[in-house]
Amino acid sequence: MRIFKFIAIALIIIALVCIPWVIEKESIINLFIMTFLYITLASSWNILGGYTGQTSLGHAAFFGLGSLVTRQLWINGFPILPSIFAGGLLAVAFALLIGVPTFRLKGVYFAIGTLTLAQILNITVGNVFPTIGALPVEDLVTYQLTPRYFLFLGIAVIVVGVSYLLVNSKLGLGLMAVREEEDAAESLGVSALKHKLLALGLSAFFTGLGGGAFAYYFVSFYYQYPFTPIWSLDMLTMVYIGGTGTVLGPIIGAVFFVVLKDFLIRNVGQYHLIIFGSLFILVVLFLPGGIISAWKKIQDARIRRSKPNIDALTTEGES
Amino acid sequence: MAEAVAQNIIFGILVGALYGLAAVGIALVFGVTKILNVAHGELMMVGGYLSFWLFTLFDLDPFVALPISILCLCLIGAVLYKFLFARTVKLPEEEKIKNTMLIGFGLTLIIQNVALLLWTADDRGITTAYSGQAFTLLGLRFPYVRVAGLVISLVCLFALHFFLRRTYMGKAIRATVVDWEAASLVGIDVHKVYLLSFLIGTALAGVAGTLVLVSFSVEPAMGMHWTLKSLIVMVLGGVGNFIGTFFAGILLGVTESTAAFFIPGNYRQVVGLILFLLILIFRPQGLFGRKER
Repeated sequence: MRIFKFIAIALIIIALVCIPWVIEKESIINLFIMTFLYITLASSWNILGGYTGQTSLGHAAFFGLGSLVTRQLWINGFPILPSIFAGGLLAVAFALLIGVPTFRLKGVYFAIGTLTLAQILNITVGNVFPTIGALPVEDLVTYQLTPRYFLFLGIAVIVVGVSYLLVNSKLGLGLMAVREEEDAAESLGVSALKHKLLALGLSAFFTGLGGGAFAYYFVSFYYQYPFTPIWSLDMLTMVYIGGTGTVLGPIIGAVFFVVLKDFLIRNVGQYHLIIFGSLFILVVLFLPGGIISAWKKIQDARIRRSKPNIDALTTEGES
Repeated sequence: MAEAVAQNIIFGILVGALYGLAAVGIALVFGVTKILNVAHGELMMVGGYLSFWLFTLFDLDPFVALPISILCLCLIGAVLYKFLFARTVKLPEEEKIKNTMLIGFGLTLIIQNVALLLWTADDRGITTAYSGQAFTLLGLRFPYVRVAGLVISLVCLFALHFFLRRTYMGKAIRATVVDWEAASLVGIDVHKVYLLSFLIGTALAGVAGTLVLVSFSVEPAMGMHWTLKSLIVMVLGGVGNFIGTFFAGILLGVTESTAAFFIPGNYRQVVGLILFLLILIFRPQGLFGRKER
């Protein structure tokens, strides 16, 4: 079974690598790029919000820092990959700086504390860089979509890969232990603060990489734009739609998010956000565990139907 | 100099009363039902636009029309509660906070875009006969509209306080806050308590929205700003203490307006936020909250 899984994953990645040669239409390539970006963001958020259970509403800060640093370095002549890496590192530095004080807060308070921090950065950046950052002409002339496609694909694959390795590692187990019951985890020698900081650092790093890729992809945007709280909300939204604390959940959530939004924009125009909001509420109400829980429900139902005896036995045993 | 500072403090108090009123609504709902209604700012926006409509279409003074917009907001609140939030009642607390927050985000999208269709993205304000007028006391200016806002906020606050302390339903609400299971064991209808608290929350959003309309202006994207402010003030004051929440609002207002006096205006909000973070980190239970156990 495991081998089949790996073959399937390898096939999917190969197919994705081939896409720029198969598909000519730029709008579809762009849609893929956005999907990869959102998969990156959702999966990074999930490392802290899903596995470690710390709901952050401040990830826009990491995304914004990544984009700001990358953009500044890149248009000043640095090669793009080191610039993106620097953006990720700065996001980590900021994350660790704010991590120690904010992890004193729990639950909703942590969420609101991180939101506040991101807002401080958002307003400050808006004041310091009030302009639109457009690309210089020489970069515009050489602008190509394909390298950007591979960059986004690469980052998304790395983030998902790290998430997958994390779930099956000791560190990942520690993170989940902290999520489930902090005191119990501490009593078993799992330092809650250390694990939370590690998760925050990882999460911020990949979010920062996403921001860097964003700065490489978008021709012009307000420097403040990646810092706006809507990014944090989108990350949280996607992960919850897909299913928190799973590798697959954020991917499903991101694809659902991007594809559905694109579909609605094309078909219902100005009503698209109204319908999107309604659908989103329906998912939250009827699939509280995310879309991935629907799959599990269907599987459970199938098992129950195929083996009615087991069900009867367990209910008898319980009574 | 001293006069200018005093004037700034006065304006801070008057704006802070609005922050406080907005936050009391969200805090009451959160404290009682554990519903984190992040669409509170959007409900304020709806309240503001309703008063705007009543003023422009029927020539009703916003202060006179206040009961009508409260009633409308209660109706909207009842619908939202019955069809959406009531479904989350049985979830464990953490799940409930999470899911209601998500429902709130969905609502935010819907309400904002419906407002865009109905009222366009323009800022909408109203001008009444008394709009620009103010009285002067000890050399300080007091705009009538803002002072009326402060008075109405205080009236709402004391009415709420009286209701929670002196009436059966109020006591039932307080009992539910302490322990909903015990409350339901002694015969309190917890569902009714939740519904009522939610309605009071939306009604307060309606009042606050109308006050925003008369003091400033309303626009479809204003909700996020007010929700953020309300959340910050709620946490600043400490959940479960409404008078404390209100004063936290005034504190934030005064901090912002005095900060604007000393540093460039566009950093005004940053000062408030930094103050908030510091308090949050050193006093996680809030300024006026009691430590849990």
